[in-house]
Amino acid sequence: MALEAGKQAPDFSLNSTPDQKVSLSELRGRRVILAFYPADWSPVCSDQLPIYSELVPEFRRYGAEIMGISVDGVWCHAAFGKHRNLRFPLLADFEPKGEVARAYEVYRKKDGFSERALFVIDREGIIRWSYVSPIGINPGADGILEALESMEAKKS
Amino acid sequence: MSLKPPVGPQDHVQGNPDAPIELVEYGDFECPFCGQAYYSVKALQAALGDDLRFAFRNFPLAQAHPHALPAAQAAEAAGLQGRFWEMHDLLFEHQDMLDQPNLFRFASALGLDLERFARDFASPEVAAKIRADFLSGARSGVNGTPTFFVNGERYDGSWAPQDFIAALSSLAGGVAVPP
Repeated sequence: MALEAGKQAPDFSLNSTPDQKVSLSELRGRRVILAFYPADWSPVCSDQLPIYSELVPEFRRYGAEIMGISVDGVWCHAAFGKHRNLRFPLLADFEPKGEVARAYEVYRKKDGFSERALFVIDREGIIRWSYVSPIGINPGADGILEALESMEAKKS
Repeated sequence: MSLKPPVGPQDHVQGNPDAPIELVEYGDFECPFCGQAYYSVKALQAALGDDLRFAFRNFPLAQAHPHALPAAQAAEAAGLQGRFWEMHDLLFEHQDMLDQPNLFRFASALGLDLERFARDFASPEVAAKIRADFLSGARSGVNGTPTFFVNGERYDGSWAPQDFIAALSSLAGGVAVPP
């Protein structure tokens, strides 16, 4: 079961490019959307992430940054992000493999990759919404947008 | 997963306004699956006749498909001269010819006022309409292109012509008989 609303979002520091790291704590004061996905290049992920890419300006309207996370390495992420023209960072949960996915309780040990899971985190670093999609089903963005809207209403 | 907002005056709608079945597509003119679905929808319209009305909303994945947004602009600009559906059809029938000179050639072939088309093509109003369509799709649970809604609910079944006709004609009380 994924970490639920109300829990502190576990901090992490992961590479977004070969020479850049992103840590959750640096983003305190911003809302953060974490999109865990099984793998670069898989058919469903290849549909899901471009939709989020189109919505980056909409997410920013809510003061939110989106980041994709999978167990793929930085060079794979770089090629995938470039190929799909993605406008948000992809983080490499690569070494130790899946450590961040495990911390969020969305690692599929027998498969060696993460669930297709979404977390929306408030400005204080508290998870406000989480969702695990059946692995082959693209969850779209409606849940994220609804969570951001309700956070905006509560100013969280 | 339901359609937000419902079909209204802002939409391009084809078919009997009182039809018992309402089909809404969120589509991208450059997406190859939408290109296939175009022919499925045509088959569905032929089979269901007056039992179906069909609305199209833009969901261009512009980062993935470089011609998707200009093509949507062309359709909306044609729509402002009352020719949305003719342009919609031309675009889906020529998905490999969606660069800007061709979009203007299509407008010319449809006999549009080209000066007005050029103005509308680049206008903030047309851009806003496409963006509004996209955001309504994102809020309605669109998770890829094409995504269909049948009578306001997301349709996750097959849209291969025979399956689509069978699924939707059952909703019309079995009026239509699949060929």
